[in-house]
Amino acid sequence: MDDLLREYLPILIFIGVALAIGAMFIIASFIIVVQRPDTEKLSTYECGFEPFDDTRGHFDVRFYLVAILFIIFDLEVALLFPWAVTLEEIGLLGFWSMVIFLGILTIGFIYEWKKGALEWE
Amino acid sequence: MIIQALAFYLFAAIIVASGLMVISSRNPVHSVLFLILAFFNGAALFVLLGAEFLAMVMVIVYVGAVAVLFLFVVMMLDINFVELRQGFLQYLPIGALIGVVLLIELLFVIGGGISPPDVALVSAVPIPEASGLSNTEALGQILYTRYIYLFQGAGMVLLTAMIGAIVLTLRAREGVRKQKISRQVSRTRDESIELKQVKPGEGV
Repeated sequence: MDDLLREYLPILIFIGVALAIGAMFIIASFIIVVQRPDTEKLSTYECGFEPFDDTRGHFDVRFYLVAILFIIFDLEVALLFPWAVTLEEIGLLGFWSMVIFLGILTIGFIYEWKKGALEWE
Repeated sequence: MIIQALAFYLFAAIIVASGLMVISSRNPVHSVLFLILAFFNGAALFVLLGAEFLAMVMVIVYVGAVAVLFLFVVMMLDINFVELRQGFLQYLPIGALIGVVLLIELLFVIGGGISPPDVALVSAVPIPEASGLSNTEALGQILYTRYIYLFQGAGMVLLTAMIGAIVLTLRAREGVRKQKISRQVSRTRDESIELKQVKPGEGV
């Protein structure tokens, strides 16, 4: 347990260093630079104009479909890792259990392929 | 182990703060970004518990996929969020009531969980320390054999999600010209080319 956390200590240090450097730049720009606030500095420059509505455009729903299909196969791959690590110990039952699981998802994969969900028009 | 305790309190505080920002920030995209921050800190808490595999899956699945999905939903919906928040004060009492009820339930659960002496003892022992295995191996040894029905059930749920998403969102768009390779290849010379004898001074 302690060994495990000791392996993660460099990551914690990296996070700390990243936070420190990031905060340092922001704070330094407040301290070092001459501050002369002016509303004109924030306004739209010369020929620009104020936006009419929200900047966010609407996405097509098929992006959502691709994202959902990605999540499902992402989970499938994530579940393969413990299986691969312990394949020698869990025996035939564990092996076939995963094969059936993959088979179920392959049915879905064939379905989406035949439906044309993977094609981009 | 003072570093461990400090890290725990740091991550827990960031989780709570970003959770508050998720429900209170005005821009829904900012909400999703704070949710991602909460996921990352949740992964860090998993690492502190010794559950490495869960932490990595948290980052891969939740940050990499679920948060992207939330972003898509936010970007897809045509919702005026400023307008939605108009009734905020109106619904505040009932929302607060439900929150208090949930809090009391949570307190009961926590109080009931600590009171039996052996439960705290068992749950305090992390998996890697107990058997000398890594978290991934410990999961793999029981997930595919002892919990085989739940595992296959998870497969069925994923299949349902896949088919449901396709049925709900797949639309055949009108007027799209697709390349049909089989038709292109199976064209013969006879049906594509016609020779005409054009006499001089006349049209075809």
